[in-house]
Amino acid sequence: MTDSSATAAACGCQCDGASSETELAAGLDSIIGEYRDKPGGLIPALQTAQALFGYLPEEVIRKIADGFGKPVSEVAGVVTFYSFFTLHPRGKFVVRVCLGTACYVRGGKEVLDAFKKKLEIDVGETTPDRMFSLEVGRCFGACGMAPVVMVNDDVYQRVKPALVGELVNKILSGTAAAEVKEMA
Amino acid sequence: MAYKQYILVCGGTACESNRGIELFAALKKAVEENGLVNDVQVVRTGCLGFCEKGPIVKILPQDTFYVEVKPEDAEEIVKEHLVKGRVVSRLLYDKNQSKRNVGIEGIDFYQKQFRIVLRNCGVIDPDKIDEYIARDGYKALEKALFEMKPRDVIDEVSKSGLRGRGGAGFPTGKKWEFAAVQPAGQKYMVCNADEGDPGAYMDRSTLEGDPHSVLEAMAIAGYSIGADTGFIYIRAEYPLAIQRLENAIKQAHEYGLLGKNILGSGFSFNIEIRLGAGAFVCGEETALLASIEGKRGMPSPRPPFPAVKGLWGCPTVINNVETLANIPVILLKGNLWFSKIGTATSKGTKVFALTGKINNSGLIEVPMGTTLREIIFDIGGGIRGGKAFKAAQTGGPSGGMIPPQFLDTPIDYENLSKIGSIMGSGGLIVMDEDDCIPDVTKFYLDFTVDESCGKCAPCRIGGRKLLNYLANICNGEGKLEDIDKMLAISEAMSRASLCGLGQTASNPVQSSLRYFMDEYREHIVDKKCRAGKCKNLLSYSINTEKCVGCTACARVCPVNAIAGERKQPHVIDSAKCIKCGQCFDVCKFNAVNRS
Ligand SMILES: Cc1cc2nc3c(=O)[nH]c(=O)nc-3n(C[C@H](O)[C@H](O)[C@H](O)COP(=O)(O)O)c2cc1C
Ligand code: SF4
Ligand code: SF4
Ligand code: FES
Ligand code: FES
Repeated sequence: MTDSSATAAACGCQCDGASSETELAAGLDSIIGEYRDKPGGLIPALQTAQALFGYLPEEVIRKIADGFGKPVSEVAGVVTFYSFFTLHPRGKFVVRVCLGTACYVRGGKEVLDAFKKKLEIDVGETTPDRMFSLEVGRCFGACGMAPVVMVNDDVYQRVKPALVGELVNKILSGTAAAEVKEMA
Repeated sequence: MAYKQYILVCGGTACESNRGIELFAALKKAVEENGLVNDVQVVRTGCLGFCEKGPIVKILPQDTFYVEVKPEDAEEIVKEHLVKGRVVSRLLYDKNQSKRNVGIEGIDFYQKQFRIVLRNCGVIDPDKIDEYIARDGYKALEKALFEMKPRDVIDEVSKSGLRGRGGAGFPTGKKWEFAAVQPAGQKYMVCNADEGDPGAYMDRSTLEGDPHSVLEAMAIAGYSIGADTGFIYIRAEYPLAIQRLENAIKQAHEYGLLGKNILGSGFSFNIEIRLGAGAFVCGEETALLASIEGKRGMPSPRPPFPAVKGLWGCPTVINNVETLANIPVILLKGNLWFSKIGTATSKGTKVFALTGKINNSGLIEVPMGTTLREIIFDIGGGIRGGKAFKAAQTGGPSGGMIPPQFLDTPIDYENLSKIGSIMGSGGLIVMDEDDCIPDVTKFYLDFTVDESCGKCAPCRIGGRKLLNYLANICNGEGKLEDIDKMLAISEAMSRASLCGLGQTASNPVQSSLRYFMDEYREHIVDKKCRAGKCKNLLSYSINTEKCVGCTACARVCPVNAIAGERKQPHVIDSAKCIKCGQCFDVCKFNAVNRS
């Protein structure tokens, strides 16, 4: 799952890697401070931390465990349980192909295969140049326009497998957004 | 109403992501440029339901309904329609609609619908509490707080016959009563907005289009059971719904409709939002509570039921979004009004996300007791491309496949379970002749296996076994005796799994074996997939009589399996062919055979 705008908004940061190490560390401290004493605050803390770092590196998990006074194993157990959390940095563009039922019956799997082929990675992987990560989603609420693909926060509707290559090139050249996101 | 005319622009996800934001801005700009700011208001609403033909724009008071509107059309709509009063007919759904009949009542899609839950969706601006209040919003809360005892509220809900819309259909009044009779002390009210069914977006649209209706209902429920705190557990993948909820909560606080001492009644109620982190099983109530507590979202055995021992050990009521959205209407219109809608055992309406191979995909609300035929053919406009209807799945991965012979069954909780499916939360996927039943069944199992939390063995191991059998069948390696094994495993899973996920995961298998045995048999015995979906069972060849040698197939083949000179018939080397089907799709002369 992406660091969706919801959680990004919660931390308000830009998460562009522009912030310095010390700022990140301070950010993490304030997240721990904010959620430590809230009942059930661990998951919101992890979500906010992921929005800040883009993923959850081991040191972050360790620091959060320390801050919450919980064993690292417990926190790691929570992190690995939920698919929202990721332990690895992801690409600049996170491609999520919807495999909800509506998209599946309208060809979502063929779209996914086309992305796999074009990007030469499998689901859950990132291209070596860190430009693209490939993930699957379960219904983005735009089933009427199935099959649907999300690239970061942009939604592409009625995607055709044959046009995936072109789409990837356009994303890379930054012209995809101007291009209408309907491929009908 | 100070304005003479209103332009409603759909702000639901499907429309908004289809340049809807740009469209909204363009309409605003056009209104300004034409000097109409004092006469015309542009409103961004929630989903109008007709997502297939989005972005949707509606003009009031004429009720003109425009479909597939692009930002470039904004100028024309304002200049022609608003300034000169001339309908832009090229943007109507039915271009031949008469001038007088251009509203939604002229569109079949809306004719058989009846809106309680979605009463405000597509009507009000969800970011403006005043618009909700203007449509009787928060009146039910006021009525409850000042004219009714908690007991009366529960009575009213019980008598209405409302049952949970999250899947199981448990009577809502009864659930509230269980929590209400627990000794006073800390209690919680939780709204389940996890909406895990992949391919369904009813709850999301309700929250995006009318967030206050759910907040109001939570406060009413809190009042009736004696809870002062509510949680909304919502998927993190729903950023727009979260944003609108946050805004709605803030506004309700400013108006004294949430928070301490609501409207001076002495009753206090606060609502917090918790984001789900991507685990289907967290939609199950005990797992959901574990997740709110910050733990791994694993189900636990019931009893104790959450109404007795829930969040942090306190009595907790968990209700689905749609269940809650009914509550304010029930209190205002009364249980008698509500219980007249629907069937003997299932009262009120049901919202469905109607998707798949249907002409009019979208969000619909129909009275309980409506038939599948009415939904698919009257509202949904039939199957895309004139293909044949094969099956409909309700209840998502927990539901069953409904074959054509039940198209006329009135839909309610009991009837659906009689025919091997469930009401579920409202996903309704339509499949046509091009969908392969074993393949779709495998898709559902793939999902449940992926989402099983692994706590109990029947679900963890049984699910994987079923998936293996299905994969073999789709690969042409299935055996007839596998069928009996699949049935036995399905039985065991339904009976012995700990939570609803495992108990229902085999429903797609059981129902498809019951109604579509011939398709399984074809895969196993004849090694054929009539829908052309199962790659290993297909072979491609070129009909030399039809082939004109255009070379389109040879160019698209990823493994160079097609040979032939330009203008000469081509041939496929079946040893090289990886059955990707691209030649089949690309040939304009129908010269590629698939069998
Ligand atoms: C695996 C599983 C997933 C579920 N997912 C949801 C869900 O996404 N939304 C929901 O409201 N109920 C879901 N439920 C049902 C809840 O456990 C619970 O019955 C429901 O939220 C109660 O609300 P209601 O009585 O208003 O329907 C799920 C149940 C199971 C077993
Ligand atoms: S039935 Fe499946 S999801 Fe439910 S507790 Fe057992 S393993 Fe977990
Ligand atoms: S099905 Fe695919 S691999 Fe086989 S011949 Fe056609 S294009 Fe080539
Ligand atoms: S199933 Fe893909 S958007 Fe709903
Ligand atoms: S999102 Fe616009 S009609 Fe559904």
